[in-house]
Amino acid sequence: MDPNTENPNITPRKYVISKKLDSMFFGIYHAYQFVLRFFREVFVPPYEFKEIIHQCYEVGYKSLPLISLTGFITGVVFTNQSRPSLANFGATSWLPSLISIAIIRALAPLVTALIAAGKVGSNMGAELGSMKVTEQIDAMEVSATNPFKYLVVSRILATTFMIPILVMYTACVALMGAFLSVHSNEQTSFSMFFSQVFDTISFLDIFSTTFKSTVFGFTIGVVGCYHGYNSSKGTEGVGRAANSAVVAAMFLIFVEEIIIVQIVNAFR
Amino acid sequence: MVKEQKAIDRNNAVISIKGLKKAFGDLEVLRGVDLEVYQGENLVVLGRSGTGKSVLIKVISGLLLPDAGDVEVLGESVEHLSTRELMALRLKVGFSFQNSALYDSMTVRQNLEFPLVRNSRSLRRREINREVEDVLDAVGLSQTIEQMPSELSGGQRKRIGIARTLILRPEIMLYDEPTAGLDPITCIEINNLINEVQEKYKTTSIIITHDLTCAKETGDRIAMLLDGQFAIQGTFDEVFASKDERVQSFYNYNFTQ
Repeated sequence: MDPNTENPNITPRKYVISKKLDSMFFGIYHAYQFVLRFFREVFVPPYEFKEIIHQCYEVGYKSLPLISLTGFITGVVFTNQSRPSLANFGATSWLPSLISIAIIRALAPLVTALIAAGKVGSNMGAELGSMKVTEQIDAMEVSATNPFKYLVVSRILATTFMIPILVMYTACVALMGAFLSVHSNEQTSFSMFFSQVFDTISFLDIFSTTFKSTVFGFTIGVVGCYHGYNSSKGTEGVGRAANSAVVAAMFLIFVEEIIIVQIVNAFR
Repeated sequence: MVKEQKAIDRNNAVISIKGLKKAFGDLEVLRGVDLEVYQGENLVVLGRSGTGKSVLIKVISGLLLPDAGDVEVLGESVEHLSTRELMALRLKVGFSFQNSALYDSMTVRQNLEFPLVRNSRSLRRREINREVEDVLDAVGLSQTIEQMPSELSGGQRKRIGIARTLILRPEIMLYDEPTAGLDPITCIEINNLINEVQEKYKTTSIIITHDLTCAKETGDRIAMLLDGQFAIQGTFDEVFASKDERVQSFYNYNFTQ
């Protein structure tokens, strides 16, 4: 039965532009309201310190094994792939410099953010989505607890704090992987490798990476929570929330990456 | 079980609803609902699925905003309250959800502690434990304290859901389909529990159901929601003595099935 025609209580729905465009603009406006609400609530007591620490543990500590593995592999693979190109010019001694720039400026933040978007973002989308469809969020609300503050603000703060730390950790692990590759092929010592690494990177590199990863962390938290908190349509909605959280977060991370790189390059 | 005559204060309406309208998109669910619920009363709202029974109690608890009309709970107009005032009001209004809505990542103890710890931050561990044990005892499930919600039966989950609302000592209890999906014996146990809660905690209750046995066992007054409005109100016998065809078909369907 088509409810628009059969049910006397329903009049046919009218759209401003078209169904898809209307829902897209409505979605953007809704997401904007969600972010505004975060900033309105984050500074107002009571502060959920215990939950924030718990979420930091979930986001940070529980991501360590995956981040360690991917960071290490990134370092090794990038070094091995770069070596032949530099060898053609007899410039393998520049490997540590090249690697440090690539890892600190781009690879560590991107790899960490993408892994976190997949692991943490989908987890948040599914967890909050499941709580929404089983009325657990409503149950929190009727027991005089602000679910937005307890569930959303704490998660967004956790990703915003923890992703920069994870990025630094990934950079260290990737550099260790790169060092092992360089050491085994070029017999470069540990101190020589790392002195070249630190000579190459500047304060601006560290600052831009930290800033970038903070923005990535905030994005992962907002997108994951937004999709979970606003999920509907039962269990199908939970799956959709998790999926949308990952896809949207990854897309936004690339968009933010290109914007921040352009801004930072203007200062270089 | 024969219900005892209770002291209902007919001059003291704790919930007063006038001209309440609520629509979802173009679908009008409530079309000018008027209702008064008196201190100490168990009011049962009967009606078919999708008639807006749950919407009504979600508006009362402030989970949904009305499109039109006035909803006063304990003398306060729900839609005009600030967030802080609404939070304060919610401490006095317990809500038992249809599917219990227990926090599935927490044990029974943590589920029960959650509202208490968050709203009474000065309470000591010993006092919290005593409160938890007290409400668990009231619903007869002391042995489940360290279990996870997934380890409980449907009836046990309902009882824990009721216990979680009782821990804040509410003045009003809102039950959304308390017997839905339960076997007949568990339904009787839940009906008895609702009456025991009313007796022990002196609450005023609204019970949303389409189960006539539940309505008969728990309700002091029945209000029948039909086509977005209360078609008839009265005692169980008064309501079903009505000649209204919609009321009769509801009764016949329940008891002939």
